[in-house]
Amino acid sequence: MQPALFTETLTVSQVTLRIRRLLEENPELQDVWVTGEISNLSRPASGHIYFTLKDKNASLRCVMWKTDAQRTKPALQEGAAVEAHGKIAVYEPQGQYQLITNLIRPKGEGALFQEFLRLKAQLEAEGLFDPERKRPIPELPRKIGIVTSATGAALRDILNTLRRRLPLAEVILAPAPVQGVDAPPALVSVLQSPILQSSDVILLARGGGSIEDLWAFNDERVVRAVAASKVPVICGVGHETDFTLCDFAADLRAPTPTAAAELATQTTLDDLHLQITNYQTRLTDLISKLLADHRSFFSALTARLRFASPERRIQSEIQHLDGLSRRILSTLTHRIRLQVSRVDGISKRLSALNPEGILSRGYAIITRKDDGKVVATVSDAKGEMNVRVSDGKFEVERKS
Amino acid sequence: MAKSKPTQKPVEELTYEEALSELEGIVEALEREQNPLDEAMKLFERGQSLVAHCGALLESAQLKVQKIAGESLVEFEEESE
Repeated sequence: MQPALFTETLTVSQVTLRIRRLLEENPELQDVWVTGEISNLSRPASGHIYFTLKDKNASLRCVMWKTDAQRTKPALQEGAAVEAHGKIAVYEPQGQYQLITNLIRPKGEGALFQEFLRLKAQLEAEGLFDPERKRPIPELPRKIGIVTSATGAALRDILNTLRRRLPLAEVILAPAPVQGVDAPPALVSVLQSPILQSSDVILLARGGGSIEDLWAFNDERVVRAVAASKVPVICGVGHETDFTLCDFAADLRAPTPTAAAELATQTTLDDLHLQITNYQTRLTDLISKLLADHRSFFSALTARLRFASPERRIQSEIQHLDGLSRRILSTLTHRIRLQVSRVDGISKRLSALNPEGILSRGYAIITRKDDGKVVATVSDAKGEMNVRVSDGKFEVERKS
Repeated sequence: MAKSKPTQKPVEELTYEEALSELEGIVEALEREQNPLDEAMKLFERGQSLVAHCGALLESAQLKVQKIAGESLVEFEEESE
């Protein structure tokens, strides 16, 4: 083909821009899954991931930006067969096209995922995942059922968590294989066990693994057995980012087995200690208040009793008696004085009758010397006579 | 509600749940009712022993792990690492 000499000449940039438009405006290339083997894997400090996808005949440069790499944390290995999702873009400075990748999954997962979505939609339509079906998890379970492998790390994590948080509980372990073809029927069988169903809550758990490892928990039989459980089920399978159909069918989804054990023990030993301490305080407060009430009632009674006591009457009686006794005393005194003055008068009258008193007024008593007879008349007077006056006596003789 | 039952089990024989619910009943009875003092003191003393019993059960609690083996339960021996 002869070049036309006078047509327009394009710059490299212009050509590259046209190629870029051609690729980046093609919808098929802007939302594409590409399968191949990983090579030239490079993870520089920038956080972006660079690799090449290869198959027998071609290779495709790929980059995953830091944000996508951090979000999806792809498990990448040199030589691994993967499926990468993204859009084709042109890097103009180097004239290269590349796949800007935002998602990488192991090869074959796509088919599994399709099956997962199909079953999920079907069970969802049946109402198996309805929020109204979810039952509350008991706050303080007495018996905790565990369905997991007897040898896995999940069981150890769960038991350690339960020991730490609620050693009061009893564990009923229903061991079952959690991966492989035997896992689904075994899981169904233990989930239906009447012994397990006597628990207050059931933990269905498995540690992390690839999506194939976790596949038993997407098995329709297992999912239905979880939904049919009479006892609430907490499902803790894999890691935070893993979702299984059992998660949707369970009454509560836990991100990990440890988290499942935590969700099963909303009330911990510390809470129980606190509760007991609380009761103790209330009990002590109550009885103190009761005793205080009784005490104040008692002292009120005592006060009333004191007021109503006969003591006051006794006091007033004593006062009355005192008054009486004062009156008696004064009456007696008066009467004694009266008597004393009467005696006085009598004694005065008596002393007036005393003959000696008369002598002192000049009278004399004359007695005959011979017979001592008082001379009261003239005829009485004869012989020698004694004359008695106030201060002595002398003798006289009748002359005529 | 949980008026002091006529047939009271000794405190030591009660499970944690039994002891707790009786304790709850006693506290409520003391809060709600005007009990004669000697009855209140008896309730209080029973409550105190229930508190002590619950505390002791919590202190000594050890997770009991049993494994389903066919139709029955057997002690589960954890393999030590």
